[in-house]
Amino acid sequence: MTSAKTSTPPAAEPGLDPLALAGRTWNSRLIVGTGKYESYETMQRALDASGAEVVTVAVRRERLINKEGRSLLEFIDTDRYTILPNTAGCFSAEDAVRVARLGREILEQLNNPGAGWVKVEVLHDKKTLLPDPVGTIEATRELVADGFKVLAYTSDDPASAVKIKEAGAASVMPAGSPIGSGQGVLNRNNILLCLELLKEGDAAYPVIVDAGVGSASDVSVAMEIGADGVLLNTAIAHAKDPVMMAHAMRHACIAGRQSYLAGRIPKRLYATASSPWEGAISYIPGE
Amino acid sequence: MQQIRITVNGEPQEVEPGTTVAALIERLGLAGQPCAAEVNKALVPKRDHPSRELAEGDTVELVTLVGGG
Repeated sequence: MTSAKTSTPPAAEPGLDPLALAGRTWNSRLIVGTGKYESYETMQRALDASGAEVVTVAVRRERLINKEGRSLLEFIDTDRYTILPNTAGCFSAEDAVRVARLGREILEQLNNPGAGWVKVEVLHDKKTLLPDPVGTIEATRELVADGFKVLAYTSDDPASAVKIKEAGAASVMPAGSPIGSGQGVLNRNNILLCLELLKEGDAAYPVIVDAGVGSASDVSVAMEIGADGVLLNTAIAHAKDPVMMAHAMRHACIAGRQSYLAGRIPKRLYATASSPWEGAISYIPGE
Repeated sequence: MQQIRITVNGEPQEVEPGTTVAALIERLGLAGQPCAAEVNKALVPKRDHPSRELAEGDTVELVTLVGGG
């Protein structure tokens, strides 16, 4: 005889649907940066703990004098991770295009599947690191014409987001808040509007919240409101314990995705009791 | 023979006339490492490094990948 109480633990974690991005599918919806770590060893362990399959890097001049003995690439397993080069530090479309081409050239030398895609950043100013939407659109258009898959960092402005998608971006990546600010998703409504406009008639179009994450709950919030992924760096690299935080981010991303897929209850002004009134032996005021 | 003056990663350098991008990379100890090169803001693909000769006044950028977000 079976009892209604009998249950078996779920065999597999539900709701871990893969992310389709730039012509491939990914099991992890977290993309992490490789900057600002106190050591390459810590970075390596944090990348591992994050579960990320895609990691971002920057393109910079070779040091010709006082060369460091070790390079980033000695600590990144290029067979395991897909490398997404960024155009960080560029303030014009022209420079972003140059940097993207240089990044592709290096990734081709490494035979990494990241060759041919780029995280486009065209910044407006050094203080806010907010994007220049016009430059971002120009760079996107030019790089798409050159065969790139462009993932474009932008602000949470829904109108710019749509223009960048129209310019051919494979993904639009609105910022939750300024880069490295740790303020999380500051304007949930704008991110919701970005999601709605970008996915109108194109539900599978990937939208990634990029920048601003401070803690694990920020990742969950972004995922819960329907973002397809989150890209972050500083919140892990500058945590007191980056490896522990990388674990937390992995869980938060999964939790947020599951919460989104599961469908949240509506918010209500008044309470609704979880225990039945019927059969209560107590005095109930007003009855 | 008179050396030619070029700029490499923002620093002035003097090299022999006829120096190629590949020779410059070799001379700077960067051969065999992942490295991309640009001359006068135009990418020089790796296959062209051995044939691309540098000229007086050329601006060369040699870049690699570093940590970033």
